[in-house]
Amino acid sequence: MDVLIDNADVLFRAFGVTLKLLLVSGLLSLLFGTVLAAMRVGPVRVLNVAGTVYVNIFRNNPLLILLLLLFFGLPKLGIHFSYFNLNVLALTLYTSPFICEALRAGVNSIPIGQAEAARSIGLGFTQTMRHVVLPQAFRAVVPPVASVLIALTKNTSLVSIFGLLDLTARMKGLLNDYPSQLWWIFIGIALFYVVIVELISLGAALLERRWRIA
Amino acid sequence: MVDTPMVAMRGVQKHFGSLHVLQDIELEVARGEVVVVIGPSGSGKSTLCRTINRLETIDAGSIEIDGRPLPEEGKALADLRADVGMVFQSFNLFAHKTIRENVTLGPIRVRKASKADADRRADELLERVGIQAQADKYPAQLSGGQQQRVAIARALAMDPKVMLFDEPTSALDPEMIKEVLDVMVDLAKGGMTMIVVTHEMGFARTAADRVLFMADGRIVEQNTPDQFFTNPESDRAKDFLGKILKH
Ligand SMILES: Nc1ncnc2c1ncn2[C@@H]1O[C@H](COP(=O)(O)OP(=O)(O)OP(=O)(O)O)[C@@H](O)[C@H]1O
Ligand SMILES: [Mg+2]
Repeated sequence: MDVLIDNADVLFRAFGVTLKLLLVSGLLSLLFGTVLAAMRVGPVRVLNVAGTVYVNIFRNNPLLILLLLLFFGLPKLGIHFSYFNLNVLALTLYTSPFICEALRAGVNSIPIGQAEAARSIGLGFTQTMRHVVLPQAFRAVVPPVASVLIALTKNTSLVSIFGLLDLTARMKGLLNDYPSQLWWIFIGIALFYVVIVELISLGAALLERRWRIA
Repeated sequence: MVDTPMVAMRGVQKHFGSLHVLQDIELEVARGEVVVVIGPSGSGKSTLCRTINRLETIDAGSIEIDGRPLPEEGKALADLRADVGMVFQSFNLFAHKTIRENVTLGPIRVRKASKADADRRADELLERVGIQAQADKYPAQLSGGQQQRVAIARALAMDPKVMLFDEPTSALDPEMIKEVLDVMVDLAKGGMTMIVVTHEMGFARTAADRVLFMADGRIVEQNTPDQFFTNPESDRAKDFLGKILKH
């Protein structure tokens, strides 16, 4: 137990790193994932294909491979990112296709008849999306998007391998220094992750309630 | 002024893969005319309706609305669709919007009406179709008959030149059919140009100027309702009427 109290400042700083990583890559993934989804459901053929190819490549490869590739590959191309940005980039590239697919499933869950009705009163594609399809799709996708963000939370732990002092990196450090306190260290670190995941679940529940169709 | 037909289809062909769903369609619907389309399942009635506001594209031929050819895509097409009202079998109300919002969406976003004007007009229309009291509810809280009347009000809010109905009552319980047909009869009497796919013979007899009978993607026969129902010419029509009249 003492190990947690003695190292509280270090742990909270690590918690901050994990949170910041999650927030930045989560927001970027939501943005880029939405763009990808728009490409995939939109009327432009080239974009459909580009979106599909991207999703299939990045969703079907392990995050670790992507991290390794960026970590060792980008410097070879003369591109230098800070550790933080590099990890954010990898997490975003990896998570966006999952967001995209969750959104796309949401869009597809809205009966096509409603989109036809919207077009038949003269709304264009963008207006139909904006006023009819997306507002309903967003409600439908809250639970799956929350799952993706929860997975992202856990995926952030991989960055500990690549030089960022997040919760998982700190756990390894503490384990070295206090081998006898293994269980306490584990419980302490796990609690931080549980808090994050519970916050995401709570946020999702609130959004779902607020957006519920009357 | 020569009377341009409100809807003119000339030499229209449409395939779904190898299936020839619309064959050599020639159709003119005059201003204020009410045309009822009947025919067996799969004969192409829905497809015919849907090509008129280009929810389905055609392979050959031409379609004109009030003398203007159907635009290909984009803004011009959206504008034209705004002039062609459509009522679907499954109502297709916007589930996340209130009844009033369903009716005002088009006027506000497409016609750029002010919210106040659109609301006022929506309430008038909802009054006319008998559901003013439900204006603040959501579609799921209404019966099928009520939802379909909202769908009609939503189409009317765009002041369409012509209204298309694709089996508007066939998803409804019998006791709700009449309330929807009554609204449609009123519209017909008010001079609206209408193309109505329906098997409701009562409606055809009271409101239609002409009945089109379709089979296998063709318009096989057309006549006044009276002539058509008492004296069908083609064997296909006789056969079909024999089947539906039994019920
Ligand atoms: N999107 C589509 N793709 C492929 N085939 C289609 C499509 N829509 C309709 N069809 C086929 O085209 C034919 C005509 O269909 P349509 O819906 O126009 O018939 P209908 O006369 O309205 O029939 P019903 O009385 O059952 O509504 C049918 O054989 C149908 O299976
Ligand atoms: Mg049909």
